[in-house]
Amino acid sequence: MASSARSAKPPLWRDVRVLRIAGQVAFVLVVVLVLREMYLNATFQLDQRGRSLSYDFLDSRAGFGVKEHFISYSPNRTFWRAFWVAVTNALVVTGVGIVLATILGILLGIARLSPNWLLRKLAQGYVEIIRNIPALVQIIFWYTAVILAIPRLEQSISLFGLGYISNRGAAIPTLKGGADFGAWGLFLFAGLVTAFFVRRWRTRVFDDTGQPHYRFLWSSGTFVAIAIAGYIILGDPFTVEIPEVGLRSLVGGIEVSPEFAGVLVGLVVYTTAFIGEIVRGSILAVSKGQKEAGEALGLRPSQQLRFVVLPQAMRIALPSITNQYLNFWKNTSLGFFIGYPEIINITRTMTNQAGHELEIFSLLVLIYLGVSLGLSLIMNILNRGVALRGATG
Amino acid sequence: MRHRWLSKLAILLLAVSMVGVACDRGDDEGNGGNGGNGAQQAGGDLLTEVIDRGTLRCGVNNTVPGFGFDPGEGDIDGFDIDFCRAFAAAILGDAEAIELVPVDADNRFIALQNGDYDVLVRNTTWTASRDGTEGVFFAHPNFYDGQAMMVREGEFSSIDEMDDASICVTSGTTTELNLADYFQQRDLAFTPVTFAENPELQRAFIRGRCDGWTSDRSQLAGIRSVWPDNEGGPESLAILDEVMSKEPLAPGVLDSEVELGDAINAVTNGLILAEELGVTSDNVGQLAGDPGGSGPIAGLLGAPVLDPASGESAPLDFGLGLEQDFMVGAISAVGNYGEIFDRHLGPNTALGLERGINALWTDGGIQYAYPLR
Repeated sequence: MASSARSAKPPLWRDVRVLRIAGQVAFVLVVVLVLREMYLNATFQLDQRGRSLSYDFLDSRAGFGVKEHFISYSPNRTFWRAFWVAVTNALVVTGVGIVLATILGILLGIARLSPNWLLRKLAQGYVEIIRNIPALVQIIFWYTAVILAIPRLEQSISLFGLGYISNRGAAIPTLKGGADFGAWGLFLFAGLVTAFFVRRWRTRVFDDTGQPHYRFLWSSGTFVAIAIAGYIILGDPFTVEIPEVGLRSLVGGIEVSPEFAGVLVGLVVYTTAFIGEIVRGSILAVSKGQKEAGEALGLRPSQQLRFVVLPQAMRIALPSITNQYLNFWKNTSLGFFIGYPEIINITRTMTNQAGHELEIFSLLVLIYLGVSLGLSLIMNILNRGVALRGATG
Repeated sequence: MRHRWLSKLAILLLAVSMVGVACDRGDDEGNGGNGGNGAQQAGGDLLTEVIDRGTLRCGVNNTVPGFGFDPGEGDIDGFDIDFCRAFAAAILGDAEAIELVPVDADNRFIALQNGDYDVLVRNTTWTASRDGTEGVFFAHPNFYDGQAMMVREGEFSSIDEMDDASICVTSGTTTELNLADYFQQRDLAFTPVTFAENPELQRAFIRGRCDGWTSDRSQLAGIRSVWPDNEGGPESLAILDEVMSKEPLAPGVLDSEVELGDAINAVTNGLILAEELGVTSDNVGQLAGDPGGSGPIAGLLGAPVLDPASGESAPLDFGLGLEQDFMVGAISAVGNYGEIFDRHLGPNTALGLERGINALWTDGGIQYAYPLR
């Protein structure tokens, strides 16, 4: 009797399998209902105001100017173009910024663990101060207190006559391509390819004979030699354009605006602190035996770090660093406050000229989401490349 | 155990969301009178609602000296604020029955559509797309403004000299468009430096980041009037004469609230007419009792007017849904148009603006009010 009572089916509301499914169904139902309600609410509100979603306005003339653009732009282009100008502006800051922040962050992480007391404490102080102050405060500080305090255009700081720094911007020389610039590019490409093979050859020599490989010297020498040869054969494929101080702006060269510099410096300084901590933690996470094994092989401390510890630490650090990259991308929106024409800045102007708040807002959401997901995807592929093979199996 | 807990939670969530849904629907229905969904209702119930509520909520600026400025203690004052007072005095009979809602340049229309406030009096330029796309009903302009350029004294005397200049501008206004048009038409190169807010822009301008600062002339005059002394004070800046755009600043309401719109339009016109007829805050009480046979003044102040047909005297009713003497309260509270202008913007204020085109049409300006009859 007792055993049959136990094997009898429990009532539905006490059956764990039923409850499990019911829980899932209820959850899905809640999600669907909430989404449906949000959608209905949006369409209802739009109807009330006699408006409907339309993205046609994106093809009309923007009419407003944008200070800096990495793709061509003028007020006669469309809103759509202005939007992409904003996106590229944000992307360029992010691209340059995450490279700088990564390099500096790795150095900072290493410094945090340095046997040198002063260096270690300085690095610690940097991290503690920087990561506890909001990014916006730092950006405004760098822009108004540092960059705008640089001498005015008339008193620009000259970099040996080759470049200038002022609070209207900084400019450095740039190469201005002549007619044969493209052909010279082919020479450079050929140089790169040859250098690659030279490097392979030197590595093989080293592996086979044990002679010093000097592969960096060999390969870079090859590249420079081919580049110079190309330059002589083509006869001046380019000229160097040296910037000059104009009446109201710097003329020529590659120019960096104060606003770009403000966002870049502010966010790089900020993000470096976080990446530094990630790198420090990752180095500590590499088992001590690895370093000792390196020592046993007779590697110098710098070699232990470079060949044994860091490669393993970076593997651990990569997923967390991805987060910092995503933060960097999203934080570019703070550039709005100091007049950098990033996405918020431009879309705000667009909203004011064209109305269509909801449509423009949806663009905003999509572009931040899209680029973030794209960045994640790239980093995940990279992560898969460096992850330990078979670590899970 | 865990699953039962989960399912309970899910059911709870579901219930909560149902309640939420119900509330939301309820809101949607109740909202109609709130201005937010007024489009579906017959127009004009916002006016009734304001009268029932007993306060008028105005969307105002709190950052532009002279027009709407908060000196720090939270009491916003200025030209636009006096118009809000006049509206409240006319509609509710009490100039202080107002609630001032500070709104940003870029969320002012959304807030208006959401019913966060009733009347927009926030130095807002009347444009066709704001009429159409944003769905705003604009009243008679209370200030004819124009975009101008402010520079450091002595650096430029005309915009034509400003080729290749960096121009500071705040985003979220019509200013950026006018700037681009004006410079393009004259084939001048320029670099717009677009800031979110005035304080950052001002710091950049002080540091010499820009050659010029462009905005509405009234705003620039306000900014110049409070320019810090350690940066040279107001005299270190000059506002160039060129007018880069037309900016008729007007109070507004939602398109659907045409009765409230008619009411504020009548008050705005009435204040201008009062100046033209010589009705001031000092003599309005006396004139209301005895308009001295002047038909226009009687019409303005709601005094009895002789009807020639019946031979009886009675106040005119314009059918605006207001008391017949609505202008008496408004004029007693804030004075006529000229008085308001002199108090906040005129030559004896920090802004020191001349009447210019805002003078009455009888004085060579373009302020011309419809007759109240």
